[in-house]
Amino acid sequence: MLDGRRAPRRMKNREYQQIDPQALATPPPRPPPEHMPKRARRKWEVFPGKNRFCCDGRIIVARQSGVLPLTLALIVLTSGLFFIFDCPFLVEHLTGCIPAIGGVLFVFVIISLLQTSFTDPGILPRATPEEAADIEKQIDNPTGLSSSYRPPPRTKEVVINQQVVKLKYCFTCKIFRPPRTSHCSLCDNCVERFDHHCPWVGNCVGKRNYRFFYTFIVSLSFLTAFIFGCATTHLALRSQGGNGLVVALQASPASALELVVCFFSVWSIVGLSGFHTYLVAANLTTNEDIKGSWSGKSGNEDVGNPYSYNSIIKNCCSVLCGPMPPSLIDRRGFVPSDDSVQTRPVEIELPAAKNDINMEKDCLDFALSCAG
Amino acid sequence: MEDVLFNLWFSRQTHSLQDLRQAAVTSKVFVQRDYTSGTICKFQTKFPAELESRMDKQQFEETIQTLNNLYAEAEKLGGRSYLEGCLACLTAYTIFLCMETHYEKVLKKIAKYIQEQNEKIYAPLGLLLTDPIERGLRVVEITIFEDRSIGSR
Repeated sequence: MLDGRRAPRRMKNREYQQIDPQALATPPPRPPPEHMPKRARRKWEVFPGKNRFCCDGRIIVARQSGVLPLTLALIVLTSGLFFIFDCPFLVEHLTGCIPAIGGVLFVFVIISLLQTSFTDPGILPRATPEEAADIEKQIDNPTGLSSSYRPPPRTKEVVINQQVVKLKYCFTCKIFRPPRTSHCSLCDNCVERFDHHCPWVGNCVGKRNYRFFYTFIVSLSFLTAFIFGCATTHLALRSQGGNGLVVALQASPASALELVVCFFSVWSIVGLSGFHTYLVAANLTTNEDIKGSWSGKSGNEDVGNPYSYNSIIKNCCSVLCGPMPPSLIDRRGFVPSDDSVQTRPVEIELPAAKNDINMEKDCLDFALSCAG
Repeated sequence: MEDVLFNLWFSRQTHSLQDLRQAAVTSKVFVQRDYTSGTICKFQTKFPAELESRMDKQQFEETIQTLNNLYAEAEKLGGRSYLEGCLACLTAYTIFLCMETHYEKVLKKIAKYIQEQNEKIYAPLGLLLTDPIERGLRVVEITIFEDRSIGSR
C-alpha cells in the first residue's frame, strides 16, 4: 500500500512516458504494424460509388457494363468480315489504300471506345464527414435536425457571366454540386460536366472522357460509312460482269451482312455525331440541352449559355483540345491510416460501409456538438 | 542580432510540422469554391471568421490568390494546351499514357507551394493547409490545432 501511495507519482511518470500518441491514435484492437503486416488498402477498394475496378484500380467501369460487349462484338465482327472478305477483292480491283484506311479507322474506333469506357468521367469524390458537417452548419434548417424525412431540396444561387445558376445539394455525396455537375443514379456518383450515361459504352460521359466519346462516334461514323461504301462497291463490281446481284451475293454473303449492319447503324451514329458536333460548337451538354436549361423554354427570355465563349472555334477548342483535368478520386492512392491527425469525435478514415444513414447521423451529431 | 534571433525562432519552428501530428485538432475550416467565373477552379478569398485570432488576413488572401493563379495556369486555354490536345487527338489519346500533362505538372507545383506555405507560415501558427486535390478540388481544408502543444516542449 505504501508503494501504492508513492507509486502513483512514479507510475504516473511511467504512464506518461509510456503513452505514445501514435498508440492513442490507433484503435486498440488493431496490433501495431511491425508485428502484423496489414496490407494497406487502396482507395478504389473503399470507393462508395457503384463502379467496378480492374488492374488494381487502373481501369474503372460502371457497375452494369451495359451493352459494351455487344458494341465491341458488332464493331469487331463487322470490321473483321470487311477485312477478310471485301478487302482482298477491292485491293485487287481498286487500290491497296482501302485496307490501310479501314485499318486506321478501326484502330481509332477501338482505342477511343476503350478509353471512353475505362476512363474516369470526372467523378467527384464524396464529402468527408467534417465537410458535410460544415455545410450542414451553414444551411439554416428551422424544422430541426430530424433525420426521419428528407428535408426540402437545398439550393444555392451563384451568378456566372450575368446569369443566375442554381447549385443543388446532393444528398448522396453531401456536397453542393458545382455548375454543370449531375448525379448519375446508375453509377451513384456526381460527375462533372455530366453529359449522359451511355449504355453502349458502359460508362458515364463527363468532363474527362467527352473528347474520347466524341472521337469514338465520329470515327465510328466514318468507319461505318466506309464499310458500307466498300461493301456496296464490292457487290457492284462483282455483279458487273453480267453475273447479276444474286450471284454476287452468293459469292460474298459476308458483304450482305455488313451492308445490313451498317445500313441500320449509320443513320443513328451519323445523327448522333451531328448532334454532338452541335453541342460541342455551342459548349452544351446533352443534359442541359434536354432540360432546356439555356434555351429559354421556361419562358425566361434572358437566358443564354453562360459557359459558351460565343465563338464556335473557341468552344470546340476548349471542349476537345482543352487541358486534360486529372482524376479526382485517386483510385490507386492508399487509404490513410489512423495515425494521421483526426478530430476527436469523428474518425477521418473513409468508412468502407456504404451506410449513408449512419454517416448522416454522425454528421448531424457532429453538427449538433459544434452548434451547441 | 535580428538574424540570430530569427534563426533561433526558425530552427524551433522547423519541428512544428512533426509537433502538429501529435497535437489535438480543435476544428477545421473549409474554404469553398468560387463559381462566379464559371467552372474553373477558383477558391473564395473571403477570410474565415475562425482564423481571425490566428493569422493575418492579408497573408491568407495572398495564399489563396496564389493558389487560384496556379490553377488558372493549369486550366489556361492557350497555344500550349491546344497543341497538347491536337497531338493527343492524332495519336488517339494514347499519348496520355506516357506523357505527363501540363495540368499534372502544375498540380505538382501546387503541392510544393502548399508544403512550403505550411512549413513557413501555417505550422508555426498551429494551422495546416490540406492540398485541395485530396478533397477533390472542392475545398481548401485548414486544420486548426490547439495552441498549447506548439513550441511548449
